[in-house]
Amino acid sequence: MKYKYLEHTADIKFRSFGRTLNEAFSNAAYAMINIISEDKIKEKMTRKIKVRGIDRKSLLYSFLEEILFLLNTKNFLLSKVKEIKIKDKELTATLSGDNLRNYRLGLDVKAVTYNDMFIKEKPYVIQVVLDI
Amino acid sequence: MEVKVKKVSENIWEIPREDGMLVPGRIFASDKLMKYIEKDKTLEQVKNVAHLKGILKYSLAMPDAHQGYGACVGGVAAFDLDKGIISPGAIGYDINCGVRVLQSNIKVDDFLKKRTDILNALYKNIPSGVGGKAKIKLNREILKEVCETGVDWCIKNNYATKEDRERTEEYGSMKGADFKEVTERAIIRGMPQLGSLGAGNHFLEVQKVDEIFDEKIAKVFGIKKDDVLIMVHCGSRGFGHQIASDYIKIMEEKIGFEDLPDRELICAPFKSELGQKYYKAMCCAINYAFCNRQMITYWIRETFREFFPDSELKLIYDVAHNACKIEEHIIDGKKEKVGVMRKGATRAFGPGRKDLPEIYQETGQPILIPGSMGTASYILVGTKKAEEISFATTAHGAGRVMSRHAALRQFRGEQIKKELSEKNIEVKAGSWKGLAEEGPGVYKDIDEVIEVSHNLGIGNKVARVIPLGVIKG
Repeated sequence: MKYKYLEHTADIKFRSFGRTLNEAFSNAAYAMINIISEDKIKEKMTRKIKVRGIDRKSLLYSFLEEILFLLNTKNFLLSKVKEIKIKDKELTATLSGDNLRNYRLGLDVKAVTYNDMFIKEKPYVIQVVLDI
Repeated sequence: MEVKVKKVSENIWEIPREDGMLVPGRIFASDKLMKYIEKDKTLEQVKNVAHLKGILKYSLAMPDAHQGYGACVGGVAAFDLDKGIISPGAIGYDINCGVRVLQSNIKVDDFLKKRTDILNALYKNIPSGVGGKAKIKLNREILKEVCETGVDWCIKNNYATKEDRERTEEYGSMKGADFKEVTERAIIRGMPQLGSLGAGNHFLEVQKVDEIFDEKIAKVFGIKKDDVLIMVHCGSRGFGHQIASDYIKIMEEKIGFEDLPDRELICAPFKSELGQKYYKAMCCAINYAFCNRQMITYWIRETFREFFPDSELKLIYDVAHNACKIEEHIIDGKKEKVGVMRKGATRAFGPGRKDLPEIYQETGQPILIPGSMGTASYILVGTKKAEEISFATTAHGAGRVMSRHAALRQFRGEQIKKELSEKNIEVKAGSWKGLAEEGPGVYKDIDEVIEVSHNLGIGNKVARVIPLGVIKG
């Protein structure tokens, strides 16, 4: 299982899983995108991103937030996280995706939050609450 | 975490001060609403806010409170301006998410005859949905003016009348706004979205006044039984969300969160350089949201004129749900200026308050409380009692009880549309899924929330309105 959604009164809470930290981060991005569209997104273009953070949680926050930013400003809807490198205070990734106008859209995700966020190791489990 | 809570009196509960709490917590709820509130993390979040520096009197939760992030939704706290903090997580990502209501001279039967066409036209004329892009192109200069002057920009560009400005909280323009404190990412994200409804729980509703509780005040508000009203619920879109996200990251880097009970409550001293920068950027987002609702109002008026050339849609009031405002309150028997953070809660100034326009001086301010889709909404009036016990605040809606996930398992959008149609409510929605997630039954009983507000006297009933047509983002 890549991710699952948990009960939350008003917002969206999910857990993502991975054999590696990279995989768990990527699956967190898929869990968030699946809220916005359940369609299969084509890989028509790629984008490179680089975000900074003071620790792992803030790298996760910034990574997901960057994907939302691309969605809102470039109409870029994520299909796959192609490459991802997570260092102490920096994350770089190559993303593939398509224009959001080609898909059926569901909910808008307003923001990523730190509420109840955790990143556990071996096996890697990430938990995030999104503001809807 | 088990949180101790005791009943103080009818509809008032207290979380006694313990651990690192600087003040006690207070929850305004009936026994029935308290059962919902106890189920999720609301009480824990009320307790967490009580840890923040400079908090005054109580950490409060309104009758519709539910679990949020950082502070609960329905959370209210006031802070000393010298010793206190400002926290994006205690205000919310959707800065100045709010509601306005327009009163019309259209008859219910005339509206119903053309309802489908009008809803289709509104849906077409008002951008909505995920990534919903607005109809006008903004540049940086215009965005700056929107942010720094608010509704005055709308007046200059014929989107608003002077009367509209008078009937908007803060006269549609927060004085502290300074565009140079807005982050670059917020500018890029906000530029294409001004004048759009968004998605999620945001909506536009055509309603009918079903019952008047206070004839005298209703008359001042300009409403009577069977009037057709239009309610708009939306906020500052990606612009506000981005300001909140960016400042949370800046505060983390510069201040850190080690001594906080929840990382999401990251904050800066209000008077510090960073605290002031966030405050000024937040004021920009408040003004952006006022303009957003005002432009939508302009298109609503335009659309209604297509069907009823003589229609007149008058703004009753525009209220903010998520904001930090500097207001005068009585602290230890003295009038003091404090920073009030409301997250999913409505200001409820009573009569004689100098911040209110002349027309509402004798009554107190109109409070507009949307119900869930397909249920009643309410118009209340602010009170002196609210100023005494709740930092002049009351509820902001029904408050969710069911997760979106559970709603999706239980409802189908198509079925909800059919059920609403049986109640003579027509819905136009961006997606079936979005419709199911906002279906009736996922919210608390609005009538119960309003009774608590009324019985406590923190927002008194003026009118009950019911929906005729809904547009969901």
